[in-house]
Amino acid sequence: MIQKVLVAMSGGVDSSVAALLLREMGYDVVGAHMKLWDYVDVGGDIHKDGRCCTLDSINDCRMICNAISAPFYVLNLSQQFKEKVIEDFVAEYRAGRTPNPCVRCNIDVKWSEFLRKANEVGCDYIATGHYAIVEQEEDGRCQIRKGTDKSRDQSYVLWGISQEALSKTIMPLGAMLKSEVRSLAKRYGLRTAEKTESREICFVADDDYHRFLTEYEAKEGRTYQPGDIVHQDGRVLGQHKGTPFYTIGQRKGLGIAHPTPLYVQKIDVANNRIIVGDDEALFEQECEVENVNWVSISPPELPEQAEVKIRYLHPAASATVTPLTDRTVHVIFDEKQRAITPGQSAVFYRGDLLLGGGVIA
Amino acid sequence: MESIYLDHNATTPVDPEVVQAMLPYLSGNFGNASSVHAFGRDGKVALENAREMIASVINCEPSELYFTSGGTESDNIAVLGTAHRFKGRKDHIIVGAAEHHAVLEPAEYLAHSEDFKLDLLPVDGEGFSSPEQLKELVTDRTALVSVMHANNETGTVQDIGGLVEVTHAKNCLFHTDAVQSTGKIKVDVKRMGVDMATITAHKIYGPKGIGGLYVRAGVKVSPLFYGGAHEKKRRPGTENVAGAVGFAKALEIAMRRQEDDFRNMSELADYFIDKVIGSIPDVMLNGPRKNRIPQTMNMSFNGVEGESVVLALDLKGIACSSGSACTSGATEPSHVLKAMGAEAVSAQGAIRFSLGRSTTRDQLDYVISVLPEVIGKLREMSPFYSQQK
Repeated sequence: MIQKVLVAMSGGVDSSVAALLLREMGYDVVGAHMKLWDYVDVGGDIHKDGRCCTLDSINDCRMICNAISAPFYVLNLSQQFKEKVIEDFVAEYRAGRTPNPCVRCNIDVKWSEFLRKANEVGCDYIATGHYAIVEQEEDGRCQIRKGTDKSRDQSYVLWGISQEALSKTIMPLGAMLKSEVRSLAKRYGLRTAEKTESREICFVADDDYHRFLTEYEAKEGRTYQPGDIVHQDGRVLGQHKGTPFYTIGQRKGLGIAHPTPLYVQKIDVANNRIIVGDDEALFEQECEVENVNWVSISPPELPEQAEVKIRYLHPAASATVTPLTDRTVHVIFDEKQRAITPGQSAVFYRGDLLLGGGVIA
Repeated sequence: MESIYLDHNATTPVDPEVVQAMLPYLSGNFGNASSVHAFGRDGKVALENAREMIASVINCEPSELYFTSGGTESDNIAVLGTAHRFKGRKDHIIVGAAEHHAVLEPAEYLAHSEDFKLDLLPVDGEGFSSPEQLKELVTDRTALVSVMHANNETGTVQDIGGLVEVTHAKNCLFHTDAVQSTGKIKVDVKRMGVDMATITAHKIYGPKGIGGLYVRAGVKVSPLFYGGAHEKKRRPGTENVAGAVGFAKALEIAMRRQEDDFRNMSELADYFIDKVIGSIPDVMLNGPRKNRIPQTMNMSFNGVEGESVVLALDLKGIACSSGSACTSGATEPSHVLKAMGAEAVSAQGAIRFSLGRSTTRDQLDYVISVLPEVIGKLREMSPFYSQQK
């Protein structure tokens, strides 16, 4: 029986090619664009090209679906996105953490609401244009592997997907190189072939997250309070503009004069302080990770050796991952790591295999 | 798979007779109606004949009818044009809470950007507004009251006369959006007493891109466009002669068929509503059972999202709609149902089926045969429905 798949289409070249490949593989394709936010709510309308949730992108999706005779819909998931992703984003910054909204969106919007919509319209699977490989083992367990194109691998943001959701997921680009995707798009004359892409946060269209946070909080009647920038030895060195505007490891933009380079060490929300110090003090041996989800292996009881990535572009470091409870682990790195940042995801790999991940406490 | 079109309130197919009437004005008699030569005169004559025909149907003078590009433009001229005319003297407008966005959004624009005070006239559970409530809102600072004749989502037909009376008692102007009623039921602008009325062609088997605005003689509205003397400077731009001819022909056909169409639509709608309510639990008809445009059937299926029903039916070849679509095509919760006091959940689960001349009982039987399964399946997956049970 022909199986039906709902393809998440952003308007970019990747998801366009994904839809096309699925069609060629014989699937009954339905295209869908997720409307996730509105400029009215998020501000920063700069009419840049190549962004999702803009009308031109939606039209690109529509035309591509039409070319492959696939129905196309725009799904309004903006309420869920606001509640689950945007509000979490703002709250995390308020709590002195550095959130990863793509991870939240994948867990709480794409692999929940979007998947539900797919079921509702009778689709057996959902598909995305992520560069990661989804496979099912003989024992039935679904696994995620790093994408073949190592420079594009997106498995880091996929650690939160449940087994059940993963069993209904297809990622047709996992084994492809970006260059292959582009040339395929060109060969098929896809209007999205030449599009540039963005790796920034989609709902902060102007990439100015300070502006976004300030405006969003102001709507709720909140403002950020300035406070002290304090050296780790206790000296007050200057003033900050509000703790959410700083991230751990940041050097530029502190606005203080000091004979040696200083970096943000800690965001002390309770006392409204930013603690700074030298580079060496940024290195730490261990961290705790919460909300852990095990993907490619069943939850281990004993410590696992793994390579752990602590941010999107971090080159994974060897570590011992020790389970504390069902949902928390303790990570001890073989070598100290720079700027382990609460709120970012820690993702555990064994070679290409994504074992699991969680949020740094 | 047979396609069944049940979205006639969105738009209708152009009647073949209308196409025939328009064809000569697309290529042969292509002249610019404002040109002085014979080509122009031909166009002008056709335009004025169309104007006369349409004016006679809605009972106004031809000189009181202005052609526009459609309902949205007419509504915008009425709301913005009136407000601009009174700027500095009056600073208040009132529009119905269940108006089309073509009225609501220019009104909101005036409130945001031009220091007008905006009041929304409430509607009751069936979509009706009362003259008493309007009386409390209207003052001598009010420039305009705009309340639609028949609602596009629910079909509710407003008794305009009482609202006009209250408005005129305070020397204010009254506009009605009669897009969904013109041609389907009696629309007599003199009898309603309105100062302005919006009409359009594509809801009554005419072409898209042509509409009209009735402006009572003596009422002045500022134009939105500048750049020519067309339509007595109220709406500059080369006249859409073929469109106007098509509009007039469509209206002529609609009047010829009005009684028959109304009866057929009522019978089909009653049949459909009873069958659906009889075969699916927890269904509600939104809007009144009487005093409505019969071809409009807005129903809430508790516990399911309208968006999901529309998609599932589309994949089965059935075209209907839910709420109103924004530019992107995404479905948004209906402001009309919210204004009528619908619970958030049932407003989300609302579907509009709107019948047309080509709708048959067989088509409705097919919808009735697949709908229980579609709704049942969605309810099984719904986190809301099981909670309610």
